[in-house]
Amino acid sequence: MIRMSESAGRTQDREALQNAARESDAIAVERTLAGERDAFRSLVERHSQQLFRLAYRMTGNEHDAEEVVQEAFLRAYKNLGQFGSRANFGTWAYRIAANYAIDRMRQKRNEEARRQTPSALAEEQEQDPLDLVPDERPTPDRLAGNTELRKKMEEALKELSSSERTAFVMRHWEGCAIEEIAAVLKSTTSAAKNTVFRSVQKLRRALEPYVGARGVLQAKAAGAAPQPRGTEL
Amino acid sequence: MKHLTEEQLFAYREGETTQREAIAEHLTSCTACRTELDRIEAVLSALDNLPVPERGPEYGRAVWQKIAPRLPEKAGRGWRAWLEPRRWVAIGAMAAVVAAAFVAGRWSKPKDAGAPAASVAQVRERVLVVAVGEHLGKSEMVLMELANAAPSASGQKQINISAEQRRAEDLLDANRLYRETAQHDGDAALADVLDDLERVLLDVAHSPQELTPAKLESLQKRIEAHGILFKVRVVGKELQEKEKTPNSAPPATESEKRERNQA
Repeated sequence: MIRMSESAGRTQDREALQNAARESDAIAVERTLAGERDAFRSLVERHSQQLFRLAYRMTGNEHDAEEVVQEAFLRAYKNLGQFGSRANFGTWAYRIAANYAIDRMRQKRNEEARRQTPSALAEEQEQDPLDLVPDERPTPDRLAGNTELRKKMEEALKELSSSERTAFVMRHWEGCAIEEIAAVLKSTTSAAKNTVFRSVQKLRRALEPYVGARGVLQAKAAGAAPQPRGTEL
Repeated sequence: MKHLTEEQLFAYREGETTQREAIAEHLTSCTACRTELDRIEAVLSALDNLPVPERGPEYGRAVWQKIAPRLPEKAGRGWRAWLEPRRWVAIGAMAAVVAAAFVAGRWSKPKDAGAPAASVAQVRERVLVVAVGEHLGKSEMVLMELANAAPSASGQKQINISAEQRRAEDLLDANRLYRETAQHDGDAALADVLDDLERVLLDVAHSPQELTPAKLESLQKRIEAHGILFKVRVVGKELQEKEKTPNSAPPATESEKRERNQA
């Protein structure tokens, strides 16, 4: 009983803190719109960490993540008039960052695709198909450290499309509602739900051979990596 | 019941399926489906451990320092800004200047066939000279009023400068356009003065409406530090002179423009 009331108290405290932060965000927005440029500073200082976390998970590297954070705040400042004061500034800035990160990921992919010369592509096509089968069965030695798994996870995330990665990051790591993900992806909620599922499916196919039952490294994966089953057994 | 699909299991994990009870019941009796759900969970748990580089408590400040120089003076007010009457006044004034310059260009007859372009340029410059001259005159008045403002009664704690602020805001849009035109035309001297004026007008527009005598004094000092009143008067007078002399031609060549800018 005591534990329950303690937990209820903590929830109330957290809600009170969130409300206070939202209120002070609203004041800072009003002051910025009234011409006090420095009022925007408190918004930047308050939300930078959250935006960086999202940006890093979406882009997969620090340099791009830093750029996403800065650009998101610049865009937020320039479009602050479009922000309804009753909305939550954090959520709004978060959405701007997610959208910019998607653009950036797409742009990078296009650049990489352009950089791939026709000769390199031809070479790739001429390769023996057997060579293309990845030597993914890791030896126990190779799997000795988490670095290997981490690398695999980063690779698997890179293989996702920008929409899939956004959907996965927002849903799994950031705990966003499907409606919020749909708004960022500019899709319907059912399409957003499918995108989340597709991303999990792809990650599972790529990572399951290396992951043990509790999500830790599977040291004996070398010879007996479990294969994902089909939709029906 | 058939085995559950991967999609059903994931939806169950996400708390989104409508058949929760039936799925939960199936999971208690079906080891294969339970194992399957565990495997999904295992992959997601592994991904939970993917680290994000730490950013210290100073990170927000560092971000601010990086973006602050790139922020425009005023936050964008989006489409609402376009509904403000003062913006329509500025746009209307500029449209009138552009239209006058165009009409004047069309109607002015060149004296000889060899110099029509110069003639059009002269007329255009004259229209702009008049418009910029008027703009500088209005700006000078606002700055003069602020420079001479003082508490009306001894002991007055606050001085209201809202009227001057509104006028400064009205002048800002036009000032920006004139400055850009001057830059485009290579008139660096005029562009510099308009640039200085813009900073001062912004400073006035962004000050609080009610100022303490000390804050008013500090604002007056900032205006004085730019020497803007003097510069505005000099350039204003130059433009008036130009307006009076009908045959004065604009500096047509690059070297002429350079000489004038140096002067």
